[in-house]
Amino acid sequence: MVWKIFLFLLLAFVSIAGIVFPIVEKPSAWYEFPFIPGLEENAKIIFFHVPTSWLTVIAFLLSTVFSFRYLRTKNLDDDAKAYSAAQLGMIFCILATVTGAVWAKFAWGSFWSWDPRQTSIFAILLIYGALFALRSSIESEDKRATLSAVYSMIAFVTVPFFIFIMPRIMKGLHPGSADDTNAGPVIDFKMNSNMQLIFFLSLIGFTILFFWMWRVGYRSIIIKDKLNKQLTGPLAG
Amino acid sequence: MITESYSLFKKDFHSELRTRYAINSLAMFIIVAISVILFSIGNETITTSLTAGLFWVVIFFTAMSGLARAFVSEEERGTTLTLQLIASPSTVFTGKLIFNMILVFCMNLVIALLYSALFEKFIVQNFSLFLLTFVLGNIGLAVASTIIAAIIAKAGAKGTLYPVLSFPILLPLILTCVQLTLFSFDGTRFEEAKFELAIVVGYDVIMLTASYMLFDFIWKD
Repeated sequence: MVWKIFLFLLLAFVSIAGIVFPIVEKPSAWYEFPFIPGLEENAKIIFFHVPTSWLTVIAFLLSTVFSFRYLRTKNLDDDAKAYSAAQLGMIFCILATVTGAVWAKFAWGSFWSWDPRQTSIFAILLIYGALFALRSSIESEDKRATLSAVYSMIAFVTVPFFIFIMPRIMKGLHPGSADDTNAGPVIDFKMNSNMQLIFFLSLIGFTILFFWMWRVGYRSIIIKDKLNKQLTGPLAG
Repeated sequence: MITESYSLFKKDFHSELRTRYAINSLAMFIIVAISVILFSIGNETITTSLTAGLFWVVIFFTAMSGLARAFVSEEERGTTLTLQLIASPSTVFTGKLIFNMILVFCMNLVIALLYSALFEKFIVQNFSLFLLTFVLGNIGLAVASTIIAAIIAKAGAKGTLYPVLSFPILLPLILTCVQLTLFSFDGTRFEEAKFELAIVVGYDVIMLTASYMLFDFIWKD
C-alpha cells in the first residue's frame, strides 16, 4: 500500500514539475530548466513521450518472453501474462504515437511525415493490432495461446529492425538519426542535472506504473479464466 | 529428409497441375491489379520511385492472394493429420516452402516482365543488382508468407487475416526492396547498396531460422 502512495506522489510530482517548471536561458534556481536550441518549450513533452515509447518496447519484450515461456511450459498463466503485456503495450504505443505526433507538429511542422521513427512506431502498432486480430479469431484457448505466441515471436525477430536499426541508418528528423548533428541523444548532452533528474524519475515512475497495471491485468485474466471454467465446467462434463 | 520434402513438393505440384487453382487465380490477380494501376495512371507518366513502389505493391498483394493455399488446402481437404503421421514438421515445412518459393518466383517473373513492357520508367540500369534484389526479396517473401500461412490455416483459414498478419512482418523486407529496386533503376553501384543488401540477407536468414524453429509448435496441436 505504501508504495502505491509513493508512486502516486512520484507521478504527481513528475507531471506537475514537467509541466510547470519554467524554461529559461540561464537556469539558476533548482526548478528551472535550460533552454535547448531546437527543442525550446517543446522540450517538456520529453518527460511523457520517452517513457511511453520506452514502455512500448518493454511491453513487447515481456510479451515475447512470456510467449516463449508458454511454448515451453504450455501453462496458460504465461499466456495471460503475455496477452496482458501486449494489451498494455498497445496502449503505450498509441500514447507514444500521439505524443510523438503532437511534438512533431510543433518541432517539425506536421503531425505525420513518415520519419523513420514514425514508420517504425506505425509498424509496431500494426503488429499489436495483428496480434489482437489473430487472438480474436480463434476459439480454442490452447490454440489461441500457441498461435499468438508463435506470431509474437516471429514479430519480435523483425521488430529490432524497426526500433533499433532503421531509425539510426536512415536520414530523419528524430534525434539519433543518421544525419543528426547533435552528436547523440538529447539526454546526455543538453539537459542540466535537474532536468535529467525529472526525466529519470518520470521513466522510473511510469515503469513502476506499467508493472503494476500489468500485474492487475494478468491476474484479472487468470481469475476470469478460472471463473469461466468453474461456471462452464459441470455443464461441459 | 530432402527426398521426403521433395516427394511432398511433388504431391503439391501434381495436385496443383490437376486443378490449376493457384496458377489461374494468381495470373488473373496479376492482370487485374496491373490493369487497375494502368487505368488510374491514364496518360500521365509516373516517376521512377513510384514505379518501384508500385512494383512491390503488386508483388505483395499477389502473394497475399495466392500463397495461403499451401496450408489452407490441407486443412480444407482434412489431410493435415495424415501429413502429421507420415512426416516430421520440418519436412512438411520444407516441402511447402519449396512449392511456395517456386510459385513466388514464377509470379514475380511474370510481374517483372509485364512491368518492363507496360511501364515507361521501368528501366533497369544495374541489372545484376536488380536480379540480386529480386532473388533475395522472393526468398524472404516466400519464407515469411509460408509461416504465416501455417498460422492462418490453424486459425481457421480466415482469408482477411492473412494480409493483416503478413504486412507488419513483411514491411522491413518490402521497404528495403523498394529502395534497392530504385537503386537498380538509378544505376547505383553495388558498394553503395551494400547496407540494404545486408539487411535483406539478414532478414532472409533470420526469417528462415525462426520459421524452422517455430513451425513445430504450429504444426503439432
